[in-house]
This record gives sequence, structure tokens and C-alpha cells, in this order.
Amino acid sequence: MGAPRRRVRGAESDILMDTTNLPIPIGTTVMIEHAGETMEEMYVNMGPQHPSTHGVLRLLLKLDGEVITDCIPYIGYLHRCHEKIAENRTYPQVVPYTDRLDYLASMSMNFGYVLTVERLMGQQVPARAEHMRVILAELQRIASHLLWLGTFGLDLGNFTIFIYCFREREMILDLFEAVSGQRLNYSFYRIGGMAFDFPDGWLDNCRAFLEWFKPRIPEYDALVTDNILFQKRIQGIGVIDAKSAVDWGLSGPMLRASGLKWDLRRNDPYSIYDRFDFAIPVFDTCDVWARFLVRRQEMLESVKIIEQALDQLPSGEITAKMPKTIKPPAGQVYVRTESPRGELGFYLVSDGTPKPYRYKVRSPAFCNLSALPVMMKGCLVADSVAILGSIDIVLGEIDR
Amino acid sequence: MITFAELCEQMYAVTSAWGLPWLVPTLVVMGVVVGVIIAYISVASMFMIWWERKISAHIQVRFGPMRVGGWHGWAQSIADGIKLLLKEDIIPARADKVVFVLAPMVVFAAALAGYVTIPWAPGLIVKDLNIGLLYMVAISSLTVVGIIMAGWSSNNKYATLGAMRSAAQAVSYEVPLVLSLLGPVMLAGTMSMGQLVEAQGGTWFGFLPRWFVFPQVVAFLVYFTCALAECNRLPFDIPEAESELVAGFHVEYSGMRFAIFFLAEYANMFAVAAIATTIFLGGWRGPWLPIPGLPAEVARGLFGLVWFQVKCYFLIFVMMWLRWTLNRMRVDQLMDFAWKVLLPIAFANLIVTGLVLALWK
Repeated sequence: MGAPRRRVRGAESDILMDTTNLPIPIGTTVMIEHAGETMEEMYVNMGPQHPSTHGVLRLLLKLDGEVITDCIPYIGYLHRCHEKIAENRTYPQVVPYTDRLDYLASMSMNFGYVLTVERLMGQQVPARAEHMRVILAELQRIASHLLWLGTFGLDLGNFTIFIYCFREREMILDLFEAVSGQRLNYSFYRIGGMAFDFPDGWLDNCRAFLEWFKPRIPEYDALVTDNILFQKRIQGIGVIDAKSAVDWGLSGPMLRASGLKWDLRRNDPYSIYDRFDFAIPVFDTCDVWARFLVRRQEMLESVKIIEQALDQLPSGEITAKMPKTIKPPAGQVYVRTESPRGELGFYLVSDGTPKPYRYKVRSPAFCNLSALPVMMKGCLVADSVAILGSIDIVLGEIDR
Repeated sequence: MITFAELCEQMYAVTSAWGLPWLVPTLVVMGVVVGVIIAYISVASMFMIWWERKISAHIQVRFGPMRVGGWHGWAQSIADGIKLLLKEDIIPARADKVVFVLAPMVVFAAALAGYVTIPWAPGLIVKDLNIGLLYMVAISSLTVVGIIMAGWSSNNKYATLGAMRSAAQAVSYEVPLVLSLLGPVMLAGTMSMGQLVEAQGGTWFGFLPRWFVFPQVVAFLVYFTCALAECNRLPFDIPEAESELVAGFHVEYSGMRFAIFFLAEYANMFAVAAIATTIFLGGWRGPWLPIPGLPAEVARGLFGLVWFQVKCYFLIFVMMWLRWTLNRMRVDQLMDFAWKVLLPIAFANLIVTGLVLALWK
């Protein structure tokens, strides 16, 4: 639904969309009977250019005054044939494309992809590389959650938390820059290992950051978590119960905020996550407030994982012995990892050539976004941005 | 001591002695007064915009404007003003042109008209109406008419939503606002702004200044909360909630028309701070020293002028501080808060004040 393919002519609006199975005819005025009077129904186009849609998402809101009676998300504005491109590239060449999936968590995307190819090949990775992967992925989780917290604050009108979160995220980006030379699209994971080792002094910098970061969470609490206005704003809205959450295929913090203790790092351990001791925050109020608390807690848990990984970090090789051309044996594999947004799945079919035969991404944000209309119905316009913000969407991943 | 009104009287007498009709000096006085007030509003607003950017920056571990003008970017607002002046003036094709053009003027005029009864210093007041407070509250609530005009004429759904929210908000918050002001009015027994300040002379128990904020602290808090809502400031800025309504009622405005909305917002901020200062914080009252070479009256007036500004800008600082700390409220919470919390408190305060006054005297 809603892939922009053709321009609708003769209609009042010139919005790109497929109108074949649209519940509401776009551009036509819908008249309804209300209290004995005929009146026009109000549709508001939220996005694709809107400050709170976190990218080029378009929401069509059907309003009754301030109350949202229907909400239809339209996606596809950032579609770039990610999966098709991958079929025409060799396996290592796909890694930079995965950066662009969830551009706020490139490390996690790289992680998921290289893990998939490695499992297809039956490849083992040196212990040091595994630890590096976990450290970087968890730093990335903190960075991603920080950006989420900041923009969520913006959605609710709190600018200050945004800047505070960006201050800390900036430090993580500096760490990533020192490692990979990049600040956003790292392409740092390689099939069979890592691109480079940590530079000199990086581990100390990383520990210094963790020490700096831990007291910051109480600082955020003072600003937002303990603020009664903030709590009242997000409690009890965007409710989705555990059963619906499973039915809609939600994952990650969304699922954990609905009371289900489901974290792939624990439930389907990959890499070396089974070696670390960390808690899985679960809240069962199923609302935006629960999602907020889950992500807040997850940042602290990530710090714990990084500290353990830094302590255990072995020395040695960072790349396994790999063939010149990566040609996985014919077969198929589906590998799921816990990205900051939820279950990130890569499905690869190999026909024994250097290029994947079929490549499919199961994007967590896409599945999470699909439940938006359920959560939105009956809410106020002001809630819509809070609910949308609580999903933590990244359009690069949704549209692929 | 000579007051502004007396000065005008003398001028009228002189000109009528020259044989000029009464209208001429009146127009001259009006022109000068309006010019001075507009100049003051412009400069003060530009200062407040720069100041707010600085305050927000320091709250958010930033520097804010640092380049324009040299010292801490002091000329940033001037540069922004020039930029807005030079921008293209866009009127949307399907907007209601007349109303669209009038709306910023109405908003600004309403903000400006409130300045008539602000007692800047002893005797320095444009017109000390005997219903000054009522006039000021009434005229400042006209702002919402302009906002509705802007929202409606833009022919934009976001603007319309913003305007509707603004109407609901203004109507709701006017009620507790006026009720909270009645407490001090009962204490002073007057609605004239000048006499309200006069009534706050002396001290409570010999050490506390006799400001109405001390007996009427509840009223002060209710008033300040409502004033924030009146100015559409966070946490009550839902008419222009940029994360939901993009910019609310002024989403279609650009260039100078937008600048006028902006100016009016800051002018309103100063106006509500001035009311609070006059009614609750003793107006221009404060310690003063004789300045050598100046008559005591003038020295006292100058100190009064400064004290009034200091108190006003302190309140404005608090407003900015709140804005950069709190998040926005939701529409229904906003209404609940006005009708279910503020209104009963304001009524209770009014009743208690009345009872105390009746039993004491």
C-alpha cells in the first residue's frame, strides 16, 4: 500500500500515490453527517515534510477535531532498491549498503549482515574480533538510544534534553571516528572479522566515556523522567497489549515495553552475548512511557556489557583467514540480531557464486511502524508525535 | 511631583493660548508617545530575543550567537530583523488576503495597546485609567482575535488547528487570570495601575516590603501560570507546537509579517511581566539613593524606572527558564488544568481574601 508509483491527475492534490486500494479517496472531499449537519471530514497530511516524522514518512490523519479517528502511514519516499542492488554486488560489497539501512545504527546493521554471511559459510571469527563487534554494537545501541531520547524530547517540546543527548552521542561518534574514520556510515565489520584493530589509547578513551556517561542518566532523569509534565504527557497513550504486539510482529524495545521478556541477545544468542551478564528491562504498561523506560534502562545495560567486554578483551588476530573471493556454498540462511530497534533479520540465498542469489532484510522499524494505526486510533494530534517517536523509526530501514 | 499627565496639561494650555485647536497637541502627544513605545518594544524585543537565545544556549551547554557584532553576538537580532525585512512577502494563493494582511497588525496592535497603562516610574504612565487593570487584561486578550484571523485566513489545516487551540486556550485561561488579579485589587481597593503601586508602599511587619505577592502568593502563582498560557509560551505553547502543528497559526507567514508576530509575542511577554510587577511586586518601588545634582523626585523616578525594568526582566527570565526546562502539555491536559485546578484555586483565593478583609476591618 502506498508505494509512490504514479501521479494522480485531475485530483485536487498532486500527491504521489497508488490509489487502487486506498480506503479514502485522496483529493476528494468526504462529507459526513454529524449532529444533523453535513460537514466536511478533515484530513491532515503529516509529512513527508514535517518536523516530527523523523524523515520522509507521510501520515494521513483523519481528524475529528483534535481526535485522530484514522491514521494511514505512507512509506516509500526513501526507497532505493537496497535488496535488488545487493543481488548485483559481491558479498563484501554489500556491507557499505547495509550502513544506509539504519543510518543511526550502522554498526548494528554491519554486524547483522556479516554474521549472516559468516553463518552461511560456516566461518568462525577470532575472539578479539567478536569482542570488538560487541563493544562497537553496544556503543552504537547507546548512541542510537541517545538520539532517540533527544528527538523524543523534541517531539514533546523539550529542546534541552536534545542537546544533552547529542553531547554524549557526539562522544560516541568520536570514538567511532577514531576506530573507523567515519562518523555515520562505518562499514567497519568485515566478513570474517574487523577492518582494523582499535587504535592506541582507544580502550582508555572508551572507558573514560563510560565513566562520563553513567552519571548522565540521572541527569536526564532530573530533566525529563522525573518531570511530572513529561510523565503525564506519555503515560497511557499508544497502548498495545502483549498479544497484539506479537500479532503485529513488534520486536525490540516495543515488545519489551508490552511486558514480554524477549531479547535476541538472550533468547537466541549470537556472537558472544551468552558470555555477558546483563538484565533485560521489561515494563508492562504497554504505553509510550514503558517504551521510554525500556530504552533508558537499556542504555545502562549496554554500558555493563561494554565494560565486561573491555575487561575480557583478548589479544590476537582480528580477521580470520578468508579466501580471496567469498563464495558461500549454495544454501540459505536467516540470521536475526537485536538491533537498537528490534529484530533485524537478514535472509540470504546463495547459489555458490560470489553474489547473493536473493537477499532480504527483515527490518524492525518497518514491522514496528505497521502497528502505528492501531496505537494511534482515538489519540489526540499531540499524542501522534509522541507515539510515532516512541516507535523509533528510521526511514532508511523502513524503505530500504 | 510632576507627572506625565500634568506635563501634557501644561502643553495643552500653552498651545491653546496660541489659538491652536485642541486636536493638534493631542495628536502630537499621541504620536510622540506611540513612537516612544514602539521604539521601546522593538529594542526590548530584540534584546529579549537575543537574551533568550543566550539563556537557552547556556541552559543547553552551548554558547548561542557569538559572531554578529563582536561581543557575544549582540547584533544577532538586528541582523535577523534586517534579514526578515528583506525577505519576500508571500501571501498564499488561496488565502483570504485582507484578513491575512490584517492579522499580524491586530496581534501587534493588541500587544501595543496594553502599554498605555503600564506605570514605568512614579508619574510616568501614559494614561492612568481608573480601570487600568481591567483595560489591560481586556486589551491583551484581543491578541487571540488576531491569531484566529491568521489561522483562518491562511487556509491551511495546521494553521486552523493552531488557531482553534489558541481560541480554546485563551478563553480558558482568561478566567483564572482575571480572578487571580481580583485578590490584590480587593486589597488595594482600586483598579488604577498607578494607585495599585501606591498601595504597595511601606512594609509588612516592619521588614517585608508591602508587596501584594506576600499575602497573595497563590494569586501570583495562578496569574503567572495563566500569563504563560496567554503568551503561548512553553509549557503552554500548543497553538504553535512546532512538533505537531509545524508552526501553528503563523505557519504560512514569512518575512516581515512573521517578524511582527514574533515581535508581538515578546511584547506580550513584557506586558504580562509588567502587570505582574505592578500588581504583585510593587511596581517601580525599591530602595533608592539621592543622586547628587538631581532633585530627589527625579532621582527617585530614575531608580523607579530601573527597578521596574529589573523586576520585569526577572519575571521574563523565569519564563524563559521554564520554556527551556519543561515540555509541552497536551491540549486536554491544558484545559483540565485551567478549569479543574487553576479556576478553583483562584476562586478559593478570592473567597479567603474577601473573608479576611471583611473580618479584619
